[in-house]
Amino acid sequence: MSDHHEAPPNPYLKKRRDSRETENLTKRVQKIEQLLIDKGVVSKEALDRIVEIYETDIGPMNGSKVVAKAWTDEDYKQRLMTDATKAIAELGFSGLQGEHMVVVENTSSVHNIVVCTLCSCYPWPVLGLPPKWYKEAPYRSRVVIEPREVLKEFGTNIPSTKEVRVWDSSAEIRYMVLPQQPNHAKEMSEEELAKIVTRDSMIGVETL
Amino acid sequence: MNGVHDLGGLQCFGKIDKKGEDVKFVDDWERRLFASTLCSFGALGPIDAFRHAIEKMDPVHYLSSSYYEHWLEAVEARIKELNFTKADIGVPLTPTDIESIVATGALYSREVVPGIDPIEVGREVRALPYSPEGHTRLPNYIKGKKGTVTELRGTFVFPDTLAHGLGECEQPLYSVRFSSKELWTGRDPANDAVHIDLWHSYLEVCDV
Repeated sequence: MSDHHEAPPNPYLKKRRDSRETENLTKRVQKIEQLLIDKGVVSKEALDRIVEIYETDIGPMNGSKVVAKAWTDEDYKQRLMTDATKAIAELGFSGLQGEHMVVVENTSSVHNIVVCTLCSCYPWPVLGLPPKWYKEAPYRSRVVIEPREVLKEFGTNIPSTKEVRVWDSSAEIRYMVLPQQPNHAKEMSEEELAKIVTRDSMIGVETL
Repeated sequence: MNGVHDLGGLQCFGKIDKKGEDVKFVDDWERRLFASTLCSFGALGPIDAFRHAIEKMDPVHYLSSSYYEHWLEAVEARIKELNFTKADIGVPLTPTDIESIVATGALYSREVVPGIDPIEVGREVRALPYSPEGHTRLPNYIKGKKGTVTELRGTFVFPDTLAHGLGECEQPLYSVRFSSKELWTGRDPANDAVHIDLWHSYLEVCDV
């Protein structure tokens, strides 16, 4: 256990903004928005639609359906492991930040975990927008050098006999973890299974 | 360029902070900026130019500001770089256009390039100590390290040239496995590993 584990989360990050800062940031964004509208890049309605799509239509419930289907349909699982982009599109999920998908399977000997150390690449079509911690320095920096310590902070202990495999999303390939199906869920239907699959299990910071 | 965005392997950022993890947008300006940024990619150039604009941020500001402040800095920088305020007026994207962009995304893979023999799966490779002036997706913690090619991902556009308007320079992209033992000398040699996607230009084949 090294000293930094007692340190507060990213001491460098300014957590609170005063209202004047927020006002200033708001004005800068309004200027960009107005410029894009004035230059005929986009309509106001289209901007609203983007927000709506990512706040309501796309999220980890998509990935859960992929996992539940893979657990209950061996043929589908094979297709998913061979060409994830195509197999995920079968369920209607595709596009931005998921153009080149790879699914990595947790087994009795390997536990997978996904990160983007250089920015915050994340498989949007199946998981939606990333949780805050995924985009922040502590996770991005530490998970490649001390994945087991990071996992412990999520309450996840991986036995030393198992390999922890970290996937750093440095290119345009986007990764999703296929978690192991828990024993207590062997008899569940596909719909029931989809409900027990969590976002964190598909990033790989949690087991089910 | 080497910079503070390249966080992989640092240990100075403390614990993972899970507070507010599900909050997609802390302030409304983040929501608006998210939408504006997404639809400006056509007008403001490739995603790697945007990433590079973030990399060029003042390092203290980068570490002390939030994710969407990075986006804001980058969009403003790109508007300035491209002198976008002087651009012609185009045909604005509609909500329907947006839906189709979200569902299709942008393909980064290309046809195989004649004249480049891809490195065979199973070969041992070394990541070059490559530190170009501009944008690159080869993280510091990988440079100079030995790994094994585990997968040929296909032929992909090359971010290092794309970000600077120097063409796509498409080339083979590989998934390369680096053992934790190789990456982090002096740490507990668990049987863990990092798998990362690297372009042909980042690698040299080790002598047999």
